[in-house]
Amino acid sequence: MSPGEAGRPLLQVTDLKKHFPIRRGIFSRVAGWVKAVDGVSLGIAQGETLALVGESGSGKTTTGRCILRLLEPTSGGVTFDGVDLLSLPPGAMRRMRRQIQVVFQDPYASLNPRMRVGTIVREPLDIHRIGANRRERDEMVAALLRRVGLDPGMRNRYPHEFSGGQRQRIGVARALALRPRLIVADEPVSALDVSVQAQVINLLIDLQEEFRIAYLFIAHDLAVVERIADRVAVMYLGQIVEVAARAEIFRNPLHPYTRALLQAIPIPDPARARERQVLRGDPPSPAQPPPGCRFHTRCPSAVEACPRIEPPLVEVAPGHWVACHLHPGPGVGR
Amino acid sequence: MPRILEVADLSTHFRSAAGEVRAVDRVSFHVDEQETLGLVGESGCGKSVLALSLVRLVPPPGRIVSGRIIYKGRDLMTLTEREVRRVRGREIALIFQEPSTALNPVFTVGYQIAEGLIVHKMMRRKEALREAARLMEVVRIPDPGRRAGEYPHQMSGGMRQRVMIAMALACRPSLLVADEPTTALDVTIQAEILDLLRSLKREYRLSLILISHNLGVIAETADRIAVMYAGRIVEEAPAHDLFASPKHPYTAGLLRSIPRLGEAGPEDGGRKKRLAAIEGSVPDLTMLPPGCAFGPRCPDVMPECRERVPGLHPLGARDRAVACFKHHDAEGRPR
Repeated sequence: MSPGEAGRPLLQVTDLKKHFPIRRGIFSRVAGWVKAVDGVSLGIAQGETLALVGESGSGKTTTGRCILRLLEPTSGGVTFDGVDLLSLPPGAMRRMRRQIQVVFQDPYASLNPRMRVGTIVREPLDIHRIGANRRERDEMVAALLRRVGLDPGMRNRYPHEFSGGQRQRIGVARALALRPRLIVADEPVSALDVSVQAQVINLLIDLQEEFRIAYLFIAHDLAVVERIADRVAVMYLGQIVEVAARAEIFRNPLHPYTRALLQAIPIPDPARARERQVLRGDPPSPAQPPPGCRFHTRCPSAVEACPRIEPPLVEVAPGHWVACHLHPGPGVGR
Repeated sequence: MPRILEVADLSTHFRSAAGEVRAVDRVSFHVDEQETLGLVGESGCGKSVLALSLVRLVPPPGRIVSGRIIYKGRDLMTLTEREVRRVRGREIALIFQEPSTALNPVFTVGYQIAEGLIVHKMMRRKEALREAARLMEVVRIPDPGRRAGEYPHQMSGGMRQRVMIAMALACRPSLLVADEPTTALDVTIQAEILDLLRSLKREYRLSLILISHNLGVIAETADRIAVMYAGRIVEEAPAHDLFASPKHPYTAGLLRSIPRLGEAGPEDGGRKKRLAAIEGSVPDLTMLPPGCAFGPRCPDVMPECRERVPGLHPLGARDRAVACFKHHDAEGRPR
């Protein structure tokens, strides 16, 4: 059993690593490695949302990109519906992309500014030759735009004529066009205005219910994550430090980093003055992660073993996995 | 507490191809001594232009077209550029969202903190550098003696923001204007910086204007809050009152739409709880609707909202004001 297996997974990631070389000098000698993703395992079931949470440098975006094969992982396995994605030849991978789509963070940068919105949404249908002819595809585009809450009459406009929230809806319509089974959504609402975020979150939840899509929802905002996730995986410096079901992780966070992350969220209610353990210091560079537990340099409860021994990710309660010496779990010494 | 700043009828416009853009439109507010005023609003509401207007730093093609900015009894609008420069930094200091663009990449951070002291306080270089290292300690930069010799790119975003705060504090200002000071930072670093700002405010008896789009940041920091929408203040209230009973439909909608920890609830028959979203999007200042700018998105919109712009009028006794025809008629009489 691996952390994150939930029934028969649609997506299974095993011991994924992505190390980037640091090159120095005129001969671009490799002077070291940034271990952006360093042994990540996770699974996502059909129709499930797994939120991948962490701060900058945690490796959450790199993990998403390796799954999509926008980056080639250094090692590890990614299987989708039983098929090993990493050994697929390019042609087969392209066909597989029908089932795995992506929504990016910045709707200002991710849509081609020279293409009309209708063309942007129709492009994946054209590429994969879906529908009998152009007219049928145009009808699909109209239905998609309507489904994400846009007026199909606006299909001849360009992205710059739309607001940030509308552009993100266009991005979602495009991702939806091929009826994917998995959408990797990388910070899909964090560039949006507060009053518009809620609309897009609601849309993503609605679409999931309607089409049974699984989401890998990459985010840093835990309040947003609590709304949309079924399970949550917390990353720190390239590794998963805790995984649990949504209610469990918010009610009973075990890893000190997860706790710090939850406590750090400012509460929009002045009547609830709160106790907060403010972490000291910055996260270390992923090029030089601390030995032992990577969090020990900032951990308020570090013990003697923490700088020496890297804690493994163990299942401490059904479905609740944590990598911390304070929570060795029942399986210790097994 | 006496007032340190009183802004009356301030308007800052930008000339553009699409016509005159009213980035700040007849804004009035005040800040008491040692008070934190939270200025909350979404992108394009004019909050950053307002911050720059306070110290007369509006970049062209923008210009302040009217209003008064009374700082400690003096109207900054009547001062010469030279006099305003003395107020900037020494009396009113600014901190911005992105410290990497506000810092000069070719000077050490220690020197950049010291520079203000050399220019404004006529300190000698050596003395100023010593003071800079002390200020770095004040803003909780570890190993300040060594790090004073670092360049901005050698520091993390959180450390750079601390340097910005140290620069702002160098000349002992009375009023600090912080524009989205934690927006570019990770949430754990944000918590540290907010904690730092709160304790510095006490220690230095500062007044603070904190500008943010994040209602959590505002709730945890501000004594009083002004809500901006499309260049105007639409509601003003003590922090507790605003969150407990928002009066403007925009404020109410905003508070309802944000996800809050612990309120996602159990799944209801396998369905996740939806958020209460505000329909539509933030208006483009070049294409404002006639009447109330929030009208097209407002659930309570009335015919008169589409014709006239509601003014900001006091509401009840407790230091509250709202700009909405639900609460006042066109003459400002309570309804």
